[in-house]
Order: sequence, then C-alpha cells, then structure tokens
Amino acid sequence: MYDIIQQEAKKVITAVNLTKKFGHFTAVDNISFEVERGEIFGFLGANGAGKTTAMRMLCGLSIPTSGKGLVAGYDIENQTELVKKSIGYMSQKFSLYDDLKVWENIELFGGIYGMNDIDIKEKTDELMKVLNFENERNKLVGSLPLGFKQKLAFSVSIFHTPRVVFLDEPTGGVDPITRRQFWELIYDATSKGITVFVTTHYMDEAEYCDRVSIMVDGRIEALDSPKNLKKQFHANSMDEVFQQLARKSTRIAD
Amino acid sequence: MILLLMPIIQIILFGFALSTEVKNTEVAVLAPSNDDASSRIIDKINASAYFDVVERIHKPDEIQPIFRDARAKLVMVFEDHFAEKLRKTGKAHIQLIADATDPNAATSFTFYASNIITSYQQELQSPNAISYQIIPEVKMLYNPQMIGAFNFVPGVLGMIMLLICTMMTSIAIVREKEMGTMEILLVSPMKPIYIILSKITPYFVLSCVNFATIMLLSVFVLKVPIAGSFISLIAVSLLYIFLSLALGLLVSTLTNSQQAAMLISGMGLMLPVMLLSGMIFPIENMPIALQWLSDIVPAKWYISAVKAIMIKGLGITSVLKEVGILSLMSVVLIVISLKKFKIRLE
Amino acid sequence: MYAIKVKNISKNYFSKESGKFAGIGKNLVIADTSFKSSPLGVGGGISFDVKRGEIFGIIGPDGAGKTTIFRILTTLLLPDRGSATVDGFDVVSEYKSIRNRVGYMPGRFSLYQDLTVEENLNFFATVFNTTIEENYELVKDIYQQIEPFKKRRAGKLSGGMKQKLALSCALIHKPSVLFLDEPTTGVDPVSRKEFWGMLKKLKDQGITILVSTPYMDEASQCDRIALIQNGEFLKIDTPETIVKQYRNKLWAVKSDTMYKLLTDLRASEFTKNCFAFGDKHHVSIDNVQMTISGLKELLEKKGHTNIDIREIEPTIEDCFMQLIQG
Repeated sequence: MYDIIQQEAKKVITAVNLTKKFGHFTAVDNISFEVERGEIFGFLGANGAGKTTAMRMLCGLSIPTSGKGLVAGYDIENQTELVKKSIGYMSQKFSLYDDLKVWENIELFGGIYGMNDIDIKEKTDELMKVLNFENERNKLVGSLPLGFKQKLAFSVSIFHTPRVVFLDEPTGGVDPITRRQFWELIYDATSKGITVFVTTHYMDEAEYCDRVSIMVDGRIEALDSPKNLKKQFHANSMDEVFQQLARKSTRIAD
Repeated sequence: MILLLMPIIQIILFGFALSTEVKNTEVAVLAPSNDDASSRIIDKINASAYFDVVERIHKPDEIQPIFRDARAKLVMVFEDHFAEKLRKTGKAHIQLIADATDPNAATSFTFYASNIITSYQQELQSPNAISYQIIPEVKMLYNPQMIGAFNFVPGVLGMIMLLICTMMTSIAIVREKEMGTMEILLVSPMKPIYIILSKITPYFVLSCVNFATIMLLSVFVLKVPIAGSFISLIAVSLLYIFLSLALGLLVSTLTNSQQAAMLISGMGLMLPVMLLSGMIFPIENMPIALQWLSDIVPAKWYISAVKAIMIKGLGITSVLKEVGILSLMSVVLIVISLKKFKIRLE
Repeated sequence: MYAIKVKNISKNYFSKESGKFAGIGKNLVIADTSFKSSPLGVGGGISFDVKRGEIFGIIGPDGAGKTTIFRILTTLLLPDRGSATVDGFDVVSEYKSIRNRVGYMPGRFSLYQDLTVEENLNFFATVFNTTIEENYELVKDIYQQIEPFKKRRAGKLSGGMKQKLALSCALIHKPSVLFLDEPTTGVDPVSRKEFWGMLKKLKDQGITILVSTPYMDEASQCDRIALIQNGEFLKIDTPETIVKQYRNKLWAVKSDTMYKLLTDLRASEFTKNCFAFGDKHHVSIDNVQMTISGLKELLEKKGHTNIDIREIEPTIEDCFMQLIQG
C-alpha cells in the first residue's frame, strides 16, 4: 500500500487512516484523503472538530498515533524535516515580524527556507511589483494595515515556491475587499502549480475551493466539490451543507 | 543593553565593592589606667585598616549600651593598671568583647585584634628579659555558640517576604490585565480598591504563614533564640510585609505583562536586596556610594531591626529609626501606587 | 426612549498592540498617509443613537474602530472630543453608574480559565450583588446548554461554549444594556447562528444590545446597523434600507470558468465592479441599457459555457464594498 502511494507523484498530500489520540481522547479519527497538485482544498469543521490537529500532523509538527501520511512525497512521521522544507505555512495568529521591515521579513523567511541571496533579491523585487508595494519596502510590517499584512504574509509563505501551502484561517477579520484580493492571490498561486490547503469559517470561501472536506468529531463526514456537496445535501449554499453536517456533532465541549 | 552591562556591574561590585572581609570595624576602648602600654596597643589597633577606634569609655556599665546602640562591634577592655601589671608580673589581660551577631565577622576581627596584640607583645621582648604575655580573652556576645544561622535568618525573612509579597502580588494583578478579566472587573460595581485588596490578601496571609514557619524552624531546628520581644518582632515584620505588598502593587502599575512584572520584581528588586541589604555582605565595608544606595533598600532596615530584636534582645524603642523609615517608605509607596492604579484602559 | 446616545465622539490613540495609530472620528491621525485613508478634517466625530430594546450592530473589519467605540461607551477609554450617554448617564462624569448597570463581553473570552463554569457564573453574580437564582430565568436558555459541564474548568471548553458562558456571565445581573464586542469572531458558523438566536430572545426581554462583528452576513440579524471602516461610519440604518439604497443593478453570474469570468467581467465597460461571492460573481452594472441577454451574448463570445445570470438583491457585503469604494 505504501509503495503505491509513493508512486503517485500527482498527489501532493496523501493521508491514510490518520489518527491522533491524546490519552483517551481521539482528536483525529481515522481520516483518509488525497489532494492533487494545483488544487485548492478546503478543510472545514467546527472549532474542536480536529482540523488544527490534522493540519499539524500534515505539517510535520505532530506525530500521528497511527496511520500514514505523505506530503510532497515525504512521510510525515519519518521525514518531518523534509516535509517542512517543502511546504509553506500561514496562520492568522502569526505571520510576520512586526518590528522588521517588509524586505527584512522576506529575506528572513527566504533564508530559513534555504534560498540563495540572488534568488531572494530577484524574487523580492518581483513581489514588490506584483503587490504594488514598492513604496512600502522599507516600512515596518507592524505599521501596515491588516489587509496588506495578510497579503504580504501569504506571499512570503509561498516565496520559496513550496509544493503545498497550508493556510490556517488566513482571512479572519479582514475587510471584504481585501479578502477577495487575497483569494485572487491564491488563484494566482495555484496557476503556478502550488497546491493550497486552507481552513476557513467563511462559507463563501468554501465555494472557491476545488474540493472541500468537512470534519465532525474527528472524522471526515463529507469530501467532494462544493457543487456535488450541495447536490448531495439538497442545499443552496455551502453554509447550509455545513449546518446540516455540524448538527450531527456530539463533541460539544472539548 | 542590560545583558551586556550586568556582567560588568557584577564584576565591579564583587571585585571591589562587596567583600566579606572585615574592615574598619568600630572599636570602643575601656582603658582605666590610660598608660603607655595600653595607649600603644590602642594606637596600633587604630592604625590598622581593619579597625577604627571610635570611642573611649570610662566605666564598665557603659559597655552594654555600646552594643545595644550598635556604636561599635568590638570593645577592648584593658585590665586595671595594665602596664604596671605587665612589667611587674609579666602578664596582663585584655578582654575582647565582640558582637557575634555575624559570627564570621566576629571571628575575623577578634583574630585580627589578637594578632595586633601579639605583635605588640613581640615588640616588647628583649633578648634576655622575661617573656611578656598579653592575654586576650575573647567573649562573644549575643551568639556565644557562633551559630551562622543568626546572621542569615533575618536575611532570609527579608528576602522571602519580598519574593512572595512583591513578586506574586504584582504578577497576580498584571495577570488580570493580561487575560482581559481586568476589563470586566472595572466595568462592574466593584470598586478598584476591592480589586486591589482581593489580590493582596492571599499573599498577606501566605507571608504570615511563612513568617511563622521560618520562626518555628529558626527557634526549634536552628536553635536561634528570640532574645527580644516576640510581639515587637511580629509588629516590625507586619510593617515590612505591608511595605512589600505596596511595592508589589507599584510594580503592577508599571507594566502590562506578567513577564515584565516578574523580571522587575525578580531582577530589579531581589538582586539589590541580596547584595545591598547587609544580608550577605556587610554594609560597613561598602564604598560610600553603595552605602547610600543601601539606605533605600527597605530590606536593609528590616534586617537591621530584626537582628536588633531577635538577636540582641532589644526592645521596640531601639529600632524606632528603622520603624520610622519603613513606615515612611510604606506610606510613599501606597500613595504612589494608588495614584497610578488605572481605572481606565489608557 | 434612547438607551445610548453618542454625539461627535472621536478618539485618537497609539495602540501598543498594533503598533500604530487607531481610533475613531474624522480627525483620525493616520501614521502612514500613503494608504487610502479618511480625509483629515476639523471636527466631525462619530454620532449615533440606540433605541431601548434594539439590537444595534456595528459591522466592519479589524482595525475599523469597533473596539474603541465599545471601550468609550463602557467607560474604559476617555474620548478626545464629543460626548456620550448610556442609560442617561454620561460616560465621563457618571462612569460609576454605568459600570454598575451594563453587561460587557470584551473581544477575547475574558473569563477565569481556571475556575469552573459554575464558579465563573457565581463570581460575576456576586460582583454585581446578585445571585444566579435571582436572574436564572434570563440566562436559562443559554446556560442550560453548558449546564452539564458546570464543573468543568472554563479553559477547557470549546470556543462556542466559552462564548455562551461569557454571555451568561454578562447577563446574570440583568443589565439594561449589553455590550458585546465581536462575540462571534473565530467561531464556526453553526455556533454563530445559535448565538444570534440567543440574542434575539434577549431582545424580547427588553435588553438593549450593542454588538459588533466582522461578519457581514450577521448584519441582517440586527434591527439597525452601522457600517464602519477606518474610524468612520459609512452608513447607519436598518439593513433593509441600506440594501434598498444600493445604486446600480446587481447580477449574479456563473459560468464553467469562474476565474476567467472574473477577469472578463471586470474588463467589460458595462460593469462598475465585479467581486467573487462564493460560487457566483456579483457584478454591478451601471449602464442602464445593458440587459441580461446582452451580457450573456458578450460572455458567450468570450468562450464561456453554461452561463447563468440572474438579478439579485444586494447583500450587506455588496453595500459595504460599494460604500468603501466611494
């Protein structure tokens, strides 16, 4: 089974029976799924459903209790360092250093991911142009409005052209226009072949994904394209789909 | 910056300023015969870097007050007709009465004094004369058994109270600010003074319990007796606890992060207390500048008061200066902290 | 009649948290003027009134100034200029009376993490000189959902549960006005819906509620809303009226190639602007002559298949974006 998985180069993420237990509590219960290259994969679920735990395993930050996972072709249990090198990550809580300048942040993260100086310089110039940030190059990140920070953070997370980027609720609290501009950046990234794994609480954003999985009580209760899910659940929107599924949850207060 | 300065400051302090060596010990002298031999010895003592002759007394009953008022650490009592006795009988006695509150210091300076006496003795020797013997009789006051604990129990008391009251109180208040619960408490009928009192009370109680524990252990396990009035000791300690709580309150108004509160209380206060309060390093040996600095360390006054009451058996009247200063400091701290306590978020 | 009255309030301060200037009112100082910012002017702060028993929503993204308004009204910050009253009491000179009677749920879940659910509720009841039993009816609906966990430490509850507990604690003393600062942020859609259901029930009990949220879809749950951006109110009115005031026609457009559709629609001279809205794009048409079939033809020429165009009623989000763009 493992060999077959190894050979599937098109699949950027593969999870087989992934489980994570904390003592008696099963946070992630036997989940299996695959994500193809260039896909936008939405990872939804209520707080406490197990999303964060699952993402941590995929990022190589947490060792599964059982099951197997491959990210960018590397095993998430035995090759965690290689996994980390091939992915990008951005979360709402932390993205960039507020007291460093824009270009300093880029240089820092570029260096961490092993890019050489010439590449960093070239790509920084390119990025500044694309984001229209040329005047802000020398500004402290902390002084930027939230929307700009988010866009910059995303760009930094894919700066080293990872195979897949994990986004943990990247658009929380951002104004609607900036939110959409952010998603346009995501589309742009996928057109370059980067796979995007994103969690969100905005149900309209779920619609932008190629496929969506919904976790309830540690298990994946639904996995399909938004279109098919709506058909399957006789719903008009992803919000309705989510409401129907989440009602089934028994894990009310963990 | 601090991380670079600290080692420099510490080297200088430990290298030059702080030392456990006993220098400039104050000496009082009782030499009824006032003759050439005793004068010669007294001069030698005074000339030495280790001693400073500060007073001449004329009657034996003046000895106790010297120690009680801490005017000297060593009293040298020459026998009546000292020089005469020495020449006639070849033997004379000098009594060295030492304040042994700090047994290490006492051992040191009585040793130095004995050495100086012996060197005078050598001076007197002529090749074919009878050997002279000047016999020093050492008497250790207050701590006859030279128990080291005598010295550090007051120090430990001072430090523990500071730690518990100041650090923990400041952290407790700042934690409310950090967690956000302070906001809710402010937007409620609860008067800010009650918020403060509720934070202070547990640590007050804890300190009292600690005080009792330390006292019990000192008396029964370490055999450090409480020579003076226990009530006075409790009174002074309560004052010090109150001061430390006020200090904790002040620290809490200075910062919004628990880490900073801990650093300020820990590094900012503990270190000066340990180094400058006289707990480990005698204050008398420090350069003048540091001695002044030590005057603003509340622990110094508390430790001095505790030593006086606990070890020297003195009453509350002898420590009025310390009590006065501690009270003044408390009032100032309370007033400043209450003023700085914010009832809004800015 | 009015539970809250705000007149020309402005507040400018340097927020240590975000490291820059924040606040409300037209005289807001923006530290960095290279970004599009509200015009600097003299006077002109924020004004609004909230009727008794109303659910008034302040809708806007992070950094817009929502929390500043809440802090001024709950007397935690002093305004630079202007005045405000809550329940008839002035927020500056009579702050003690306000602190005695309002319920406040600040942004983060500000509960005592190491106390149990029951202990937290008891504590807040006592602080407000009442008991759980006295006002149990008021919090019953909410509290019953977490009552099975009453011996559990607050820190160990899930986000939705913590919210419910915080709400119960804010209500336990039967406040006349309830201030809820972003109570649903970071919470999943199901819990969010439940929360608003609870708020509606509270309104029936006559409690005035001032609530803020970044989620535009929650705006329709309020009686009246104020849209806020960069320290200024863009509009204050009922959700229905705001929607009615949307200029231009609004169409929802779908095709098989959504990303291409977006660029094509934007390029067209007939569209004022176009934004992605989930599985459809919302296009605002400012040319009266353009028809749906006309647009369909245009798109077919560009190679789109399975085109679906319908006229729709704008959502609050559409209105908000139109107002931001000026």
